[in-house]
Amino acid sequence: MDQLLSLLQNNARLTNSQLAVMLGREEADVAKAIEAYEKSGVIRGYQAVIDWDKTDSPTVFARIEIKVTPKKDFGFEEIARTIMELEAVQSVSLMSGGYDLAVTVSGKDFRDIAIFVAHRLSTIESVNSTATHFILKKYKERGVIFEEESKDERRLTLL
Amino acid sequence: MMDYDKLLSQRAVAIKPSGIRKFFDIAAQMEGVISLGVGEPDFKTPWSIRHAGAESLEKGRTWYTANAGLMPLRQEIANYLSRRFSLKYNPQDEVLVTVGGSEGIDICIRALINPGDEILLPEPCFVAYAPIGALTDAKVVSIPTRAEDGFRLTAEQLRAAITPKTKLLVLPFPNNPTGAVMRREHLEEIAQVLRGTDILVLSDEIYAELTFGQKRHVSIAEIDGMKERTIVINGFSKAYAMTGWRLGYAAGPAPIIAQMTKIHQFAIMCAPTTSQYAAVEALKNCDSEIESMVVQYDMRRRLLADSLNQMGLSCFSPEGAFYVFPSIRSTGLTSAQFCEQLLYAQKVAVVPGDAFGASGEGFVRISYSYSVDHLLEALRRIQAFLDQLPK
Repeated sequence: MDQLLSLLQNNARLTNSQLAVMLGREEADVAKAIEAYEKSGVIRGYQAVIDWDKTDSPTVFARIEIKVTPKKDFGFEEIARTIMELEAVQSVSLMSGGYDLAVTVSGKDFRDIAIFVAHRLSTIESVNSTATHFILKKYKERGVIFEEESKDERRLTLL
Repeated sequence: MMDYDKLLSQRAVAIKPSGIRKFFDIAAQMEGVISLGVGEPDFKTPWSIRHAGAESLEKGRTWYTANAGLMPLRQEIANYLSRRFSLKYNPQDEVLVTVGGSEGIDICIRALINPGDEILLPEPCFVAYAPIGALTDAKVVSIPTRAEDGFRLTAEQLRAAITPKTKLLVLPFPNNPTGAVMRREHLEEIAQVLRGTDILVLSDEIYAELTFGQKRHVSIAEIDGMKERTIVINGFSKAYAMTGWRLGYAAGPAPIIAQMTKIHQFAIMCAPTTSQYAAVEALKNCDSEIESMVVQYDMRRRLLADSLNQMGLSCFSPEGAFYVFPSIRSTGLTSAQFCEQLLYAQKVAVVPGDAFGASGEGFVRISYSYSVDHLLEALRRIQAFLDQLPK
């Protein structure tokens, strides 16, 4: 794997010059590589990982399991596309196993999400059933642990 | 009342207490300190190694092992030394499992030194050799290495330090605190001085796996005529992130290992059994774990050395271990002043270079055994500290 991608995945705010130093490459070369990744769609975006519970605008998240019936000319792809157009939807994945699509949605409270499911999701043709699971607490997201940083137990030493 | 001053061993009393302790205590008690002062990996021991240790406990393997260590472990150590350095050691009588590299250093010095023997010690270096040497009534002769030589020991310096009483050369490379590495060509030059003498070498290779760039660490025991006079000290702490397991080993000529084993037997009995089972797994299956840690260290090393250089703290590019050793002379401060002022002004803890020998004055040791985000924050603070110094 390209180390550049793994560095950016962990910290997208590293500057091109820092990335270049860490990788032993030229800065211009790194800039070019990033541009190529962006153009080809390998890099899809840069986002902060936010613990909304710590802000004054807490957000409620739910994971919804959806069973669908694909039809001619309206298969999984089309259904997924319809769902992902909805603004409250954070992620859509096609699943193996007991249900078809896993959807993460956000809202300002439980009611908000309940209304969204009832009025926007369930009403989509081809959606047979939905099962909504509210997220009560996030422990880790995108590799980042949502806890107070544990104290470094290592001692200052000459060893 | 007992007058302990009269009762205590004079050799023990004569050992200077580490002056740095006080500074460390202040740093440890201060709130919000960013430390760059540790000497151990930030990684946890790879899971499969931890699991092997836990499994040995579940199976009730809680007895002493053979004094020299579990035979399967000694065999794996011999295999490792062979595949990594083409060094052939007989696990029966040329390999000894110790409590960390530290015990290996201790019993090696005790097994070799008679009172008055001279130990040559390239400095700056790890702080244990000199006091242990002093306990054996050795005369410890330091050889200051120089930044312009990449903090390597040169043949010329070695030759100048040798006397008829020279018994042992300590070769602490890759080096803590400088990050210096002796490449094959440098070791050849040292070997040329030593071949044909009776001088022995304690090669402390605890950081052997942590070298950067294409060329990997070369052991001086690989060089012609050196194996018969070299005791290789190594261990699991740094390479496998196993500091708390306290496990290391020594490999060398059978007559020396036999004496070391005798001291080890009476002082220690055997290295921790759980750790030994874990270490078998480390040597058998964890080469790739080392590689991925080295990749991380390497990126941090480049980031730190480059950033410090840009700040005007000129930094020799370290090739091994996980430390950088920048010069702080441009600030006009001594190492101790720099570290103390940096701690109070910006709450960043780094270690003064003179703690590793007088020749470390004018430098500080900065560990990069931390996450990139931690290092970036520390660098921001160091920059802020430098900005407020009088120009």
